[in-house]
Amino acid sequence: MEQKKKGMTLIAKQKAAGWAFLTPATLMIAVMSFYPMIRAFILSLQTGKGANYRFTGFSNYARMFQDRVFLRSVGNTFFYLAIQVPIMLVLAILLAQLLNNRDLRFKGLFRTCVFLPCATSLVSYAIIFRFLFAQDGLVNNALVKLGLLDQGFNFLGTAWSAKMVIIIALVWRWTGYNMVFYLAGLQNIEYSVYEAAKIDGANGWKTFWGITVPLLKPTIIMTFIMSINGTLQLFDESVNLTNGGPANATITMSHYIYNTCFLRAPNFGYGSAMAFFVFIIVAILAFINLKVGDTRD
Amino acid sequence: MTEKKNKSMIQRRLIPTYIFLTIFSIISVFPFLWMISAATNNYIDISKGRLMPGAFAAENFRNLVSQQPLARAMTNSFVYAISVTIICLFICSLAGYGFEVYHDKWKDKLFSILLLAMMVPQVATMIPLFQMFSKAKLLNTTIGFFLPMISTPFMIMMFRQNARAFPIDIIEAARIDGLNEIQIFFRMFFPTMRSTYAAAAVITFMNSWNAYLWPKVIMTDGKSLNMVMLIANTIGGYKIDYGMIMMGVLFCSIPTMIVFFVLQKQFAEGITGAVK
Repeated sequence: MEQKKKGMTLIAKQKAAGWAFLTPATLMIAVMSFYPMIRAFILSLQTGKGANYRFTGFSNYARMFQDRVFLRSVGNTFFYLAIQVPIMLVLAILLAQLLNNRDLRFKGLFRTCVFLPCATSLVSYAIIFRFLFAQDGLVNNALVKLGLLDQGFNFLGTAWSAKMVIIIALVWRWTGYNMVFYLAGLQNIEYSVYEAAKIDGANGWKTFWGITVPLLKPTIIMTFIMSINGTLQLFDESVNLTNGGPANATITMSHYIYNTCFLRAPNFGYGSAMAFFVFIIVAILAFINLKVGDTRD
Repeated sequence: MTEKKNKSMIQRRLIPTYIFLTIFSIISVFPFLWMISAATNNYIDISKGRLMPGAFAAENFRNLVSQQPLARAMTNSFVYAISVTIICLFICSLAGYGFEVYHDKWKDKLFSILLLAMMVPQVATMIPLFQMFSKAKLLNTTIGFFLPMISTPFMIMMFRQNARAFPIDIIEAARIDGLNEIQIFFRMFFPTMRSTYAAAAVITFMNSWNAYLWPKVIMTDGKSLNMVMLIANTIGGYKIDYGMIMMGVLFCSIPTMIVFFVLQKQFAEGITGAVK
């Protein structure tokens, strides 16, 4: 009897310890993520300045869909998403596959080089690319010297090329990052699977599509979700590489929301409505991805 | 003999691979090398397309220091990044350990709710957080910087996944020896999981060193800026001095580059840490 009672308190003690361990982290996420999210939704239904906020229903949301700059920022963000994410992920898988070859020499060196862009902050590489593609920048210098151009082309002052520079910069920064995931995934695949395929006469292309891609599927889905999430929240590059220009041709959603809330006349209500819109898109896309990824075959 | 021949044949077949990887490596490294060489050149040479290092490093540094609070921003960045790293590792490893070792139905449910926070975009929380923090007088403070960053679903997940490898027998044995639950965490779990902590520390340090949007929102007084904000400020001027700006970018990159080259393995583990 006494034995049992003591045992109970021990288990109860352990249970209490378990909850105590996860309380600080849970509280922080609740207060710093979930609560602000609810606040943002309430704010998005309000309008006003300073301390005088009043409810206006969904007028902020209605305004959003007539705001040309906002619509353009949505278009830009999805343009980056549609072009950059596939290019980057395909390159990353390809590089991982090449680097996973046992016979390859200088593997470590190649891996370090491809991974190196991750050592820069987003603002740093945005500035570096801004200067490389400036009108008197290195790229223009090279093109003029090679005789391809008569004079420097204003890459960042022209809408289509400014978008391209942002995409090139993003691919440069993030390909190695994603490659690391695929390399880790590939290392879980037994090398004998590849050797068996080789004996069966499958060529590189066939093993890539027949073995690598199906076995990496969970990793591919995860990197896809992360890339979508990251691209939808692009900020540093839009601000520091092109400053949203020329004429908002490259501005992203986060950049425009920041400008609405913290530049000129701050409008927290309207900014929150747009931010909530971003949240809904992120949630929908993540949900679709998980559903697609869940079909086991 | 035949094996040797075989080997050289394999290498010959890999030639396209070597070419592709070499080109890709050069593209990856080049902007770095250019940044370093530009930090040592003056405006005229850089805009002429000079690639070799020049003799203007000292002048660029002097210009940078005279126009920007370099020492202050460096100090701030270190204080912010180190405090986030220490507190984040502590809180998240406690939680990851708690979720894994004491797991039951309710804790698993709570965990999947916390994971939803991964979907919450920073732009959505920054407005209410700014209001909360200005009311609480936390603008321009280190506490204001780290509060939203010290508990992330990613880090909790990483410690939870890695705690799976921690043998439950050790815990049982320690309990029999009379250690209480907190002692077990500090004396058993903490030393055994050193490599997980290293990976988590590297990734958290990098992320908080490179943070831009959040400090830009709450560091309003011009004195509390971090390095990333400082270099973003340098391009806002009327006259753009490439050499000086690249010197700033170089300073901002030195700590992260050291971390990268010294702890590359831990960095890669940190990135992929939560997905095992």
